[in-house]
Amino acid sequence: MRAARASDIRDLVVVALKGCGPYDTVFPDFAIMSLLSVSDLHTYFCSNGTITRAVDGVDFEIDKGEVFGLVGESGCGKTMTALSIMRLVPSPGEIVKGDILFEGADLVQLTSSQMQKVRGNKIGMVFQEPLTSLNPVLRIGDQLSESLIVHKRLSGEEARHISIGLLQKVGFDAADKRYLQYPHQLSGGQRQRVLIAIAIACNPSLVIADEPTTALDVTVEAQILRLLQLLIAEYQLSMLFITHNLNIIRRIGTSVGIMYAGRMVEKGRVDRFFEEPLHPYSKGLLESMPQFSGERRRLKAIPGAVPRLSDLPQGCKFNPRCPFVMDQCKVEEPPMYGVSGRWVRCYLYQN
Amino acid sequence: MGAMLSVSELRKSYEIRRTPFSVRKETIRAVDRISFDLEQGQTLGLVGESGCGKSTVAKCITMLEKPDEGRILFMGRDWVNMAEKERKGLRKEMQIIFQDPFSSLNPRKRVLDTIAEPLKVHRMVEKGSLSEKVLEVLKSVGLDEDFLKKYPHEMSGGQRQRVAIGRALATAPSFIVADEPVSSLDVSVQAQIINLFLDIRERLRISMLFISHDLNIVRFISDRTMVMYRGKVVETGETEELFSHPLHPYTRLLMLASNDKEGELEGQGAASNHGCVFLDGCSEKKEMCADDSPMLKGPSSHRVACFLYPE
Repeated sequence: MRAARASDIRDLVVVALKGCGPYDTVFPDFAIMSLLSVSDLHTYFCSNGTITRAVDGVDFEIDKGEVFGLVGESGCGKTMTALSIMRLVPSPGEIVKGDILFEGADLVQLTSSQMQKVRGNKIGMVFQEPLTSLNPVLRIGDQLSESLIVHKRLSGEEARHISIGLLQKVGFDAADKRYLQYPHQLSGGQRQRVLIAIAIACNPSLVIADEPTTALDVTVEAQILRLLQLLIAEYQLSMLFITHNLNIIRRIGTSVGIMYAGRMVEKGRVDRFFEEPLHPYSKGLLESMPQFSGERRRLKAIPGAVPRLSDLPQGCKFNPRCPFVMDQCKVEEPPMYGVSGRWVRCYLYQN
Repeated sequence: MGAMLSVSELRKSYEIRRTPFSVRKETIRAVDRISFDLEQGQTLGLVGESGCGKSTVAKCITMLEKPDEGRILFMGRDWVNMAEKERKGLRKEMQIIFQDPFSSLNPRKRVLDTIAEPLKVHRMVEKGSLSEKVLEVLKSVGLDEDFLKKYPHEMSGGQRQRVAIGRALATAPSFIVADEPVSSLDVSVQAQIINLFLDIRERLRISMLFISHDLNIVRFISDRTMVMYRGKVVETGETEELFSHPLHPYTRLLMLASNDKEGELEGQGAASNHGCVFLDGCSEKKEMCADDSPMLKGPSSHRVACFLYPE
């Protein structure tokens, strides 16, 4: 069966939305600014007198229609960056410093009820574990309709109509039957499709996808990525895509930011990044992936391990593992240097 | 001398209830008539997606699960029907490394005790020289004496996996089963552990069954590769031959998917009792595929179970 066209659904949403625009007051139009601009974000966890700096000075912008890949290893703060944007940082975590400008409003300053109107409405989110992020005792249709009813004030019948269209959009046959099913009746890939449908239901300006394919098998992962690509093209979705897999970003990203130990160490356009990564850590990451050039030789691994956030080295956080380390690196942390339109946090580029 | 390990017609099924309240039990054929040989010093890669039976193969070979049917010859001896006492003696020649070093190491044991245990069990070391021997093992996996007194929670994932590898190597085995040994590690650490495997193989000439869902890693590390789907081997052969000319539609799909190209399963219904295991997912199926299940055919350098390839 043919999937419904994007324009059909958008028309439905537009018709249903006539006359309700409670966000215009909260979000005046700032045409020149980027869609999302995170600057100097610090998210710390304080417990028992110790401070864990999960996110420690992260800056980036996402323009309209851009897919920004946030890449890093476990514990580098990429998920906490996403949760900070959604204002969902779990206790005892706290945003201690920084601005998150989204469509002109600073999300850090919003009250929780204002923030409620952003979450799921202006910003959609897809989580890593499709199994745990759906409610097992509710039908998927009800979970999908919920945000339309809450945010767009649609009647149950209107929401059902749009939801079924969305289910078709994300690739379900017999969507009206799927609407009545429970999460356990779906496979992992199908659940992830439902979550994607929920994330785009309210036509958000930004979708945050946190490792959306990590828990899936390779063939299913390929399907989900293809679906995301289709949606990005059709809706001109702006997306913050979090992953540890650089290959995925090479495929769907337009810009990329590499995080290490709570900091952004490099950011720039995807094509340039893969042509020539700048930061020693980015180089190491790319080189440590198995490649095939005929003979089988040892991989160029990055020595050592990712440091614990509670026990970070002095100076550049990557210096104990860096092959190009200088004296300077052990004393003071480098700032971000601009290198022909890209940014890198490394003294090698200070001139 | 023949193969290090020779498996023929291995079968294992489990009875499950579909939901906790189901009265009816269903039989899942986790491993369905699998045969393969592994030569001395060779690394055999086993790839497949979750639920295809790769871990069950690992469990049956190590006799952590008793196979329902089939024969396993290990170093020329009947491994399945051997007396328990005799098998225990031979076990030091076969060791296993699991995926998750967070759960495969005892949290209450120090590294010293963890690595010493197999040495003690197999009485391979005199009391006085125990810590010396353990240190030697630790060094061979790239850790130093500071680690002897550490508990698992004091180490990173990569270090823990090194300890797990050290424990497996302590008895100087001739054969190792590695079940997804790098999947739970960070990318930068993954490369270190893969290098460690390359070292071990080169230095100790150990035979290895390397199980992974990551085609790139299997291609990198193994001499021969076996592709599993729903309990059956659909294609097997020398690694470079298999990766450069994949034949089975499932293998081709898997490669497209892992190279971030498009490729899509047709559908994913329940496996039927007869016909090809890949029937539902295949875009090139013919009439005969639904009636009969294809056997592995071809020269030993590259065998495939698919009717598209008649001889």
